[in-house]
Amino acid sequence: MFGSGLCGLPLTPVTSEPTQVAHITLIVNDEELRLSVDTRSSLLDVLREQLGLTGSKRGCDHGQCGACTVLLEGRRANSCLALAVAHDGARLTTIEGLADGDELHPVQAAFVEHDGLQCGYCTPGQICSAVGMLGELAAGWPSAVTPELEDAPYPSREEISERMSGNICRCGAYPGIVAAIEESAR
Amino acid sequence: MQRIEAREKVTGAARYAYEHPREDAAYGWIVGATIARGEIISIDAAQALAAPGLIAVLTHENAPEVHPVADHELAVLQSPAVAYRGEIVAAVVAESAEAAREAATLVRIDYAESGHDVLLRADHPKLYKPDVVNPSFPTDTAVGDFDAAFGDADVQVDVTYTTAATHNNPMEPHATIAVWEAGAVTLYDSTQGAPAARDTIADVLGLERSQVRVISPHVGGGFGSKGTPRPHVVLAALCAKVCGRPVKLAVTRQQMFDITGYRTPTIQRLRLGSDREGRMSAIGHDVVEQTSTVREFAEQTATATRIMYAAPNRRTSHRLAALDVPTPSWMRAPGECPGMFALESAIDELASACGVDPIELRARNEPDADPETGKPFSSRNLVACLQEGAARFGWAERDPTPAARREGRWLIGTGVAASTYPAYQRPSGAFARAKPGGRFEVGVGAADIGTGARTVLTQIAADTLGVDTDAVEVRIGDSALPTAPVAGGSAGTASWGSAVVGACRALSLALEEGSGAEGEVQATYDTGPDLEARADYARHAFGAQFAEVRVDVDSGEVRLARMLGVFAAGRILNPLTARSQLIGGMTMGFSMALLEESSMDTEFGNFLNHDLAQYHVPVNADVGDIEVAWVDEHDEHLNPMGSKGIGEIGIVGAAAAVANAVFHATGTRFRDLPIRPDRVLATLGEDL
Amino acid sequence: MRPFAYQRAQDAAGAVAAAQAHAAEDVRYLGGGTNLVDLMRLGVERPAHLIDVTRLGNDRIEETDDGGLRIGAAVTNAELAANFLVLRDHPLLADAVLHGASGQLRNLATVGGNLLQRTRCPYFQDVTKPCNKRRPGSGCPAREGEHRNLAILGHSGACVATNPSDMSVALAALNASIHVTGPAGERVIPMPGFHRLPGDEPERDTLLAPAELITAVTLPPPISGARTAYRKVRERSSYAFALVSVGAVLAVEDGRVSEVRIALGGVAHAPWRAERAETELLGEPAGEEAFAAAADAELEDAQPLRDNVYKLTLAHNLITRTLTELCP
Repeated sequence: MFGSGLCGLPLTPVTSEPTQVAHITLIVNDEELRLSVDTRSSLLDVLREQLGLTGSKRGCDHGQCGACTVLLEGRRANSCLALAVAHDGARLTTIEGLADGDELHPVQAAFVEHDGLQCGYCTPGQICSAVGMLGELAAGWPSAVTPELEDAPYPSREEISERMSGNICRCGAYPGIVAAIEESAR
Repeated sequence: MQRIEAREKVTGAARYAYEHPREDAAYGWIVGATIARGEIISIDAAQALAAPGLIAVLTHENAPEVHPVADHELAVLQSPAVAYRGEIVAAVVAESAEAAREAATLVRIDYAESGHDVLLRADHPKLYKPDVVNPSFPTDTAVGDFDAAFGDADVQVDVTYTTAATHNNPMEPHATIAVWEAGAVTLYDSTQGAPAARDTIADVLGLERSQVRVISPHVGGGFGSKGTPRPHVVLAALCAKVCGRPVKLAVTRQQMFDITGYRTPTIQRLRLGSDREGRMSAIGHDVVEQTSTVREFAEQTATATRIMYAAPNRRTSHRLAALDVPTPSWMRAPGECPGMFALESAIDELASACGVDPIELRARNEPDADPETGKPFSSRNLVACLQEGAARFGWAERDPTPAARREGRWLIGTGVAASTYPAYQRPSGAFARAKPGGRFEVGVGAADIGTGARTVLTQIAADTLGVDTDAVEVRIGDSALPTAPVAGGSAGTASWGSAVVGACRALSLALEEGSGAEGEVQATYDTGPDLEARADYARHAFGAQFAEVRVDVDSGEVRLARMLGVFAAGRILNPLTARSQLIGGMTMGFSMALLEESSMDTEFGNFLNHDLAQYHVPVNADVGDIEVAWVDEHDEHLNPMGSKGIGEIGIVGAAAAVANAVFHATGTRFRDLPIRPDRVLATLGEDL
Repeated sequence: MRPFAYQRAQDAAGAVAAAQAHAAEDVRYLGGGTNLVDLMRLGVERPAHLIDVTRLGNDRIEETDDGGLRIGAAVTNAELAANFLVLRDHPLLADAVLHGASGQLRNLATVGGNLLQRTRCPYFQDVTKPCNKRRPGSGCPAREGEHRNLAILGHSGACVATNPSDMSVALAALNASIHVTGPAGERVIPMPGFHRLPGDEPERDTLLAPAELITAVTLPPPISGARTAYRKVRERSSYAFALVSVGAVLAVEDGRVSEVRIALGGVAHAPWRAERAETELLGEPAGEEAFAAAADAELEDAQPLRDNVYKLTLAHNLITRTLTELCP
C-alpha cells in the first residue's frame, strides 16, 4: 500500500515564527510544578498532555459538557476554557488528587455505591463538580431553583440536579449521580 | 456486584483511547470539506507547512493508497471528490494539538461545487428500494391483503410521523492513537469492538490480521457510533505511517456531527385498521429515510412492526434517498427506536379512536406466534410488563380524557407505550485459564462501553467455575484476545457470555481430568457451532414504558415528571448495572421525544447545531424520577445464562410514551419529533 | 487558535495603554475566557494579543453613597449571584445570572465578560459560512435559513442575531450604568443602551470604542415596594440559552401600577427594554388584562421571521404571566 510513496506536497516545515511560550507555576494536587506552556494551552491541555493527568476529560473543548471540571482555587471550573497562562500560581485539585491514598473521597465512594456512572468518561468531571458544588451549598450560595434566594439552600434532589446540570452524562446515570450526591450531602 | 472498574473510573485512572501514554506522539487534526458536493480543484498547503511545529499535511494528492472495502467512507484521502460537507479532505500533523488545529485553518482548498441536495422529503424523486435493510432484513414484507382489509376496517388510523436526525454524541469523542512498528500497526482506539475494527482496518491497509492490533480497555460511550471504524481511524494510521512516529488524533465534537454517524431522519406512514373493539385486521408501516452517496445505510425502521401485534393483513416497506449528507449509521436501537415511536403512537391513536384503554387494546392484539413468520416466540411477556407497569404507575386511577388535568399553569398527562428488542446472539470465542494460587483469567475480545460487560462477564465466569468473583480476572478490549462480536445489537452478554461459559466449563473439565497439572491450564471455546444448531424461535425482549409529563401553558415547555419502564428480558444478571443501562436508554428515549434534533442547513449542507450547546442532550435537571423494574422470565431457548440483551430496549417505546403523555396532557397529537416549545405553543396559543 | 502574546495588566490605565498599542482587531481583553477562548478555538476571534484584566483590583461589590451598588467588572458571575448585597437589593440580578450557563462556568465568567458575550447564532459561530457580524458584507444566511432562535425585534437586513446574556436582561431592567475607561478617558453608558441594535454595522455589539475597557457596573437603589422576577424559557431545563426570557420590576399602589420595568432576552440584538408596554401600564389598574394589552402594544411592531413567529406568543405570555404573578 505504501509503495507509491509520497508525491505532491513537501512534508518539511518551511519557516517558523517564534512560538508564544510562557513560564508558569501551578500547584496541582499539592505539588508545585514549574512549567513552560504555549499561551494557547488550556489548563486541561496542560493536565492531560504535559502532566499526564488524564483523569480530567475533554468532551467538547467549549465549556458545553463539564467533563473537564476541576477545582481551581477550591472552586469548580471548566479547565478547557481556562488558559493556563492566565492562572499562573493557581492551586488545582483534579480527580487524581481527591482520594486520600487508597481511601476514596466520600463522593467518589458514593458514586461507586450508587452506580453513578456507566462509561465513566464524564465521571471525574461529575465528581469534581459535586465536591465544588457541595462547598457552594455549604456556603449558602443559591441556585436558579432555590425557593427564596436569600435563605440557606437545602440539598434537595431538585437543588442537586440543577446545580449538577453543567455536567452532561450521555449514558444517563443522573439518578445514580443524584443519589450519590444526596448521600454525600448528609 | 458493583461495577468492577468503578474505582478506576472514579479516580481518573481508567485510560481511554487518547490517553495511552506515548511521549513521542505527534498530533493529527482533521480538515473537513467546506462544500456539500463537488470536487477539490487545488490545495495550497504552503502556509500550513510554514506554521511552527508543523510536521506534515496529508491530502488526496500525497496520501498513501488504501484498499477499497465495502464501507467507502474508509477510502480516506483517495480522491478529490467531495460527497458531503465535513468529509475528510486533509489532515495536518504537528508537534502539539494547538499547532495542528491552527495549521488546519491555513490549508487552502479550492473546490468546484456541484450543487447539493440534502433535504429528505416523502416525495423525493430519488427514493429507491434498497436490497435489504440493516443488517440483512427484507426491505418490504406483505401478508394477506392489506389494502382491502384496511379499506374495510370499521376504525382506521392513517397518520404520518416524522423523527429528526439525531446524533449519538457519546461523551468521549472518537479518538485513535496509531503506532507503527516493523510494518505492523497498533491502534489505541475508542471502539465497540476491537477484533472487528482490526479486521476492517487490516483490509483497508492491506495488512494481515496479525499485523494490526486494536487496544481499547475503556470506551467513553458509543451508542452505536463506535461500532465500526470511522474514517478517522484510517486517517490516524496513514498519518503515523507518513510521519514515521505515533500520531494521536481526536475528532472534535463539531466534526463528530459530520463523520461519526447519526440516526437518519424518518418519515413514517402508519395505517391501522380495526373493529370497534380495537382488534386489528390491518397493519401498514411505510418508511422514508436517507443515506449518503458514499455508503448505503438503510435503517430497519419498520421491522418491529412485523412482530408486535396480531393482524391477518399487513405490510411494511422502506424507501431511501441517497442525499449529499453525512452517512447515517447505528444509533441505539437502529430501527426499533424510531419505528416503535411511530407504531406505539399510532396504537395510542387507535385506542383513542376506539375508546379502549391503550393497555387493553395492546392485550387484545397479542399474537400467539410471530405474526409474519409463524415462528413460536421463545418467550413473550409484553402483557405481563404492561400489567405490572400499570399497577406500579397507578394507571387505573387515570382519567383517559385528554387535557383534563391541570395544576396551576401546568397541564399534566400520562402515556404508555410498548417496547421490544430482538434477543440476538452472535458467534464468539473466549479462553479461560487456571493460574497458580487458585486464580483464573478469562479473555474475550469484548468491549465495555459503559454497559457493565466486564462486570457481568466476571460474574458469569465465576458462576461457571464455582469460585468467587474475586478469583477471576476478565480481560477484554483487545483484538489479541479471542475474536468476539462488537458491543452492538444488545448481543454482547449473550454472545460473549456464552463463549465464557463454554470456555470455563471446558476448563473445569480439564482441571477435573487433571490435564496439564503443571502450571497453567487453558481452555478455549467458540460458540459458532452451537448457534448453527439452535432451534428456530422468534427471540425478543419486551417491555412497557410509562411517562408523566407537565406542559407549561404559557411557554409550551414540556418537562418529564416521572417515567417507569418494566421489562421482560430473560434473566437479569446484574441488577445494579442493568438498572443503570435501562435508565440510560429511557433517558435517551425521552430526550428524543422532547429535545434532540440535528438541524440540516439546507443552504450549506451540514448539521448546523453541531455542538453540545446547540444540540440538546438531557442535563441532570431534565430527568425526573425514572424507575425501572422487570418481570421474571425464564426462557430456555436463549443461551446458558438465560439472558436477553438490555442495552437498547430501554430507548424503544420511550419517545412514544412521552408523546402519548403530551397528547393526554394537551389534547393535541404531536406527530413530529422533537416536541419543542414552539410546536406546543402553536397549538396552545395565547390567553389560556 | 492563532498564536498570541499574553500580558497581564496591573491596572486599568495599563490595560488600556497595552490595548492601544495594537490594531483593534488584533487585541482582546481577557476576563474569565468562557466566551473568548471558546470563540478563539472556533476561529471566530483571532487576536494576536490578549490582555488579562482579571487582576486590576476591580473584583469587589460595594454600596455606593446613593444607596446603590457598584460591581467590579472582574467579579465572577458566581460571586455576583451569591453576594448578600445583591440578594438583598437586587434579587432579579442574582436570579438572572443563576439562570445562565452552569455552576462551573459562573465561577470563571466575569461581569465585564458577560456584558460582552457574543451571539450564539450558528452562522456566526461557523467560520466556513458567511456572517455579516463576523465578516461584514459577507451576507446573513440566517434570515432565510435557520433562525428559530433568533430575533423578532429591532433586527436589520444585515443581521437577525440575538444577545445571549441573562445578566444583561436584568441589568437593562434595573437601569444599570456601565462604567468604562479608554483612550478618551472615562465615561458612563446607561443600560439599556449599552448594547446596539445591528443596523448596518452588525459587527459592533455595543457602544464600546476600540480599547475601551469595562471597569464596573453600578445599580441605582432598589425601588421601594417593588417586586421583581426573572423568567426564562428554554428547550431543556437548565444549561441552555433562552428562547425568550423576561426580567420584570413591578410596584403597585392602590391597585394601580406605580412603577414597571420590563426587559426581554432572546428577542433582539440587545436586551430589549419594553418601554412602550411600560408607558401603557403606568398608572393603569394592575391586572392580567392590562398586562396582556401592554404586551400586545410592545409586540405590535415586531417583525418575526418565517420560523420564529412563536416568539410573539411566547413573549406575550411571559410578560403577561410574569407581571400577573408579581401583582400583590
